[in-house]
Amino acid sequence: MSAVNEVRDSYDVAVVGAGPAGLTAATACAAAGLATVLFDEQPAPGGQIYRAITQTPVQRASILGNDYWYGARLVRDFQASRAQYVPGATVWSLSREREIGVSTGGAARLTQAKRVIIATGALERPFPIPGWTLPGVMTAGAGQILLKSGAMVPQGRTLLAGCGPLLWLLAWQYLNAGVKIDAILDTTARASRSAAWPHAPAFLFSPYFRKGLRLMLSVRRRTKVIAGVTGLRAEGNSRLQQVAYRTADGAEIRLPADTLLLHQGVVPNVNLAMSVGIEHRWDDDQLCWVPVVDGYGGTSVDGVAIAGDGAGIAGAWAAEERGKLAALAAIRALKPDTRQDILPDEANIRLALAKVERGRLFLDRYYQPAASFRIPRGDTIVCRCEEVTAQQIIDTVALGCTGPNQMKSFLRCGMGPCQGRLCGLTVTELMAQTRGVPPAEIGHYRLRPPVKPITLGELAALPKDEAAIKAVVRG
Amino acid sequence: MFQRLPDAGDLAVAITIDGKPVKARAGDTVAAALFAAGIDHCRTTPVSGTPRAPYCMMGVCFECLVTIDGVGNRQACLVPVQEGMSVETQRGKREIGR
Amino acid sequence: MAAPDVIVIGGGLHGCSTALHLARRGIAALVIEKDHVGRHASGVNAGGVRRLGRHPAEIPLSVASMELWHAIRDLVDDDCGFQSHGQVKAAEDEAEYELLRRRVEEVRALGFTHEELVGRDELRALVPAIADHCVGAIVCRQDGAALPYRTTLAFRRKAESLGARFLEGTRVTGLRRQAARWQVETDRGAHEALHIVNAAGAWAGAVAAQLGEPVPLEIIAPMLMISAPLPAFLKPVVGATGRPLSFKQFANGTVLIGGGHRGRPDPATNWTDLDFAGLALSARTVWDLFPPMRDAQIVRAWAGIEARMPDDIPVIGPSRTSENAWHAFGFSAHGFQLGPIVGAIIAELIATGHTNLPIAPFDIARFTRPA
Repeated sequence: MSAVNEVRDSYDVAVVGAGPAGLTAATACAAAGLATVLFDEQPAPGGQIYRAITQTPVQRASILGNDYWYGARLVRDFQASRAQYVPGATVWSLSREREIGVSTGGAARLTQAKRVIIATGALERPFPIPGWTLPGVMTAGAGQILLKSGAMVPQGRTLLAGCGPLLWLLAWQYLNAGVKIDAILDTTARASRSAAWPHAPAFLFSPYFRKGLRLMLSVRRRTKVIAGVTGLRAEGNSRLQQVAYRTADGAEIRLPADTLLLHQGVVPNVNLAMSVGIEHRWDDDQLCWVPVVDGYGGTSVDGVAIAGDGAGIAGAWAAEERGKLAALAAIRALKPDTRQDILPDEANIRLALAKVERGRLFLDRYYQPAASFRIPRGDTIVCRCEEVTAQQIIDTVALGCTGPNQMKSFLRCGMGPCQGRLCGLTVTELMAQTRGVPPAEIGHYRLRPPVKPITLGELAALPKDEAAIKAVVRG
Repeated sequence: MFQRLPDAGDLAVAITIDGKPVKARAGDTVAAALFAAGIDHCRTTPVSGTPRAPYCMMGVCFECLVTIDGVGNRQACLVPVQEGMSVETQRGKREIGR
Repeated sequence: MAAPDVIVIGGGLHGCSTALHLARRGIAALVIEKDHVGRHASGVNAGGVRRLGRHPAEIPLSVASMELWHAIRDLVDDDCGFQSHGQVKAAEDEAEYELLRRRVEEVRALGFTHEELVGRDELRALVPAIADHCVGAIVCRQDGAALPYRTTLAFRRKAESLGARFLEGTRVTGLRRQAARWQVETDRGAHEALHIVNAAGAWAGAVAAQLGEPVPLEIIAPMLMISAPLPAFLKPVVGATGRPLSFKQFANGTVLIGGGHRGRPDPATNWTDLDFAGLALSARTVWDLFPPMRDAQIVRAWAGIEARMPDDIPVIGPSRTSENAWHAFGFSAHGFQLGPIVGAIIAELIATGHTNLPIAPFDIARFTRPA
């Protein structure tokens, strides 16, 4: 483990993110003798999927399940490697010349890498329903992080709502831990399910199929699942008190609740990649921005690759393989004479990848959230930071705003500290729907560094590079 | 409202939240410690003054901003607790230079 | 659709203002913009509405423009976020203060009284948060700041409501004279008009070159950064004397920091690379002048692409090679305040052939005249 003052001026390879993709990428690069650093924002390796794997207090292995504990081997291999590990490190800028701005513990510095592998993974898709800002409402991922990292579980009346594998996994883990779940409000859309069926045969051969099915049946046996939920609302006066929804047959129901855990899938965490100008495309199946990458994660910016879910959602096992592929490209570019037996075995990686990606389209389509949960109306808050509503955004289209970058000048939407992470996709789809054009034409916020806030003091104290200073003082 | 499983083990780290002494587990983030201490919300917003609590726990939503050892707008979900740490919930805009 | 009288190349503030003032005179304008209106420097600059510190040649224009700013709602039906809390240029030591004293005398000798020298106490009354070492300042009490994108869009909307047309996402690819009219070729078809106006900002050099009068235009990307909201502590816009700084707080509490350090522009792709070593210098200046800002959080930085001339004043006026072609570009990172008046000047030139404002110093011929 290193502090920021041990960060060197330059590296062969800098990896950002210590999830499965970042871990395997850094391990492979270091094994080939490349000077490798791994920056990670969390205090311990594992990413979100293997969060706190080296230090979780959850002792009963059955609670979190084998797929969680599997991650320990990736961390072990990484720790045995010669890669430098900098935890608690926020990477706040990356330039096209691959200069990296990074902070830990309130101190910042700049470093340079010949290759950068972005492995910043995924974040949960925004779930903008009325009341989603109330204390007591949080994401299912947040609930799972509290469980993994602190052995903490909800008490009182607990509801899970939404769709997607993580929602079921969390329910399963909670039930294993003895948590009482009052109900799961399943928002999986009927239309999405029908659109998915043509891809079901391929999914039968996915390793996720049997696991997923077993897990879902186990949850259904142990708690109440309400299907076809629409019109979901969190209600309460300054904190969550009840959850309202409409059932498939049109009944309006209200359930008292202390905790509501929301989830409707994950999307690539694109902020760092977009801020360096990497080309992205709108993915009509995953309904999100996905970077345009080659077979090794290489992007439109020279020397910068993306590995793992940040390059398009494919899950933890795929991330592990995609990390190795990004490493392979870096090693071939920087150390072309590396011995074959040290290089990751590309044929094996491609086989493994094909296996875990089989039938992915089924999952994408099946759990595609309904439009009403992605594109809110009226005074539902879209931008949590600046408290901007859906209607306000719709109104800016009439003012002549054609996309998020014009709109934000009027509303400050997306200009708060989260920098559009919690509203970007919603804004794109909302403006697309309002203007009647495809999301690709609307675009995303122009994201600029710092991609995470830094203090003025940190910036002012950046080590001085006289040459760089001379270059900028001209007028 | 969250509680700890019996697995959680010892609460060995002493911190204060708004001046009140609280015990946390080594390895907790400040945000986890806030939940464990039963804190309902960790800040009120600069725009409308409504209460907010940690939402994503993974560093992306910035709802968990608190003042830690005098430094404002820290992401509570990214900072591990340390013995003697002083955590203050925030109201509205963060004063600077106090 | 009938051919316009005037084609304006560039949908920044100067292009939109030109279209508006033409429309007010009943002259039909078509604005052709390669991206969208206000996409570059006009939409993302610091928003300073400043007479303070202007080049002597710019002062008459700046003073005239300020009258338009103080009645901006009458002009464009929108307040443009304009607030007049003054601009302050602080001196950090006696030597700087002496420079400021001489500057104020110089401006007075030209017959203008808007710049006012103030001492230590008055500076503190205006800017209580400023560091103790600052000894005095120049103040322009009627100066202020506005919201640049909102302003540019307001000019566009008002121009449109009076009949001007806008073509966005359309790039001018060629200019030809044919039968005493301009043929303007774009990547989406050709247009013709009697007059053309070059208001193409960072891309204006290419237009001037097409007209056979190349200019030594430098493409620059001044960087800005902004903080998370802070409690109100600052009303005027504050600059420094010995080092670049533009520092102001918005009504919502965020603090904008600019002042001349530059990123690396790539005008072909609209991209700008920020230079954090340069931003660190800006941060150090703020650290020195406003010590309480040290733990303020910087949430975003950016840079708009624009044109700078070697003498740091713009090109305004007729082409010297071609008939019925007009220039308004090269504002060298301080064109925002001039927007309202420059559009009026160009419209007046097109309508009447002359203007009473002194624009001779901005003649494009200054770059082509034998030295």
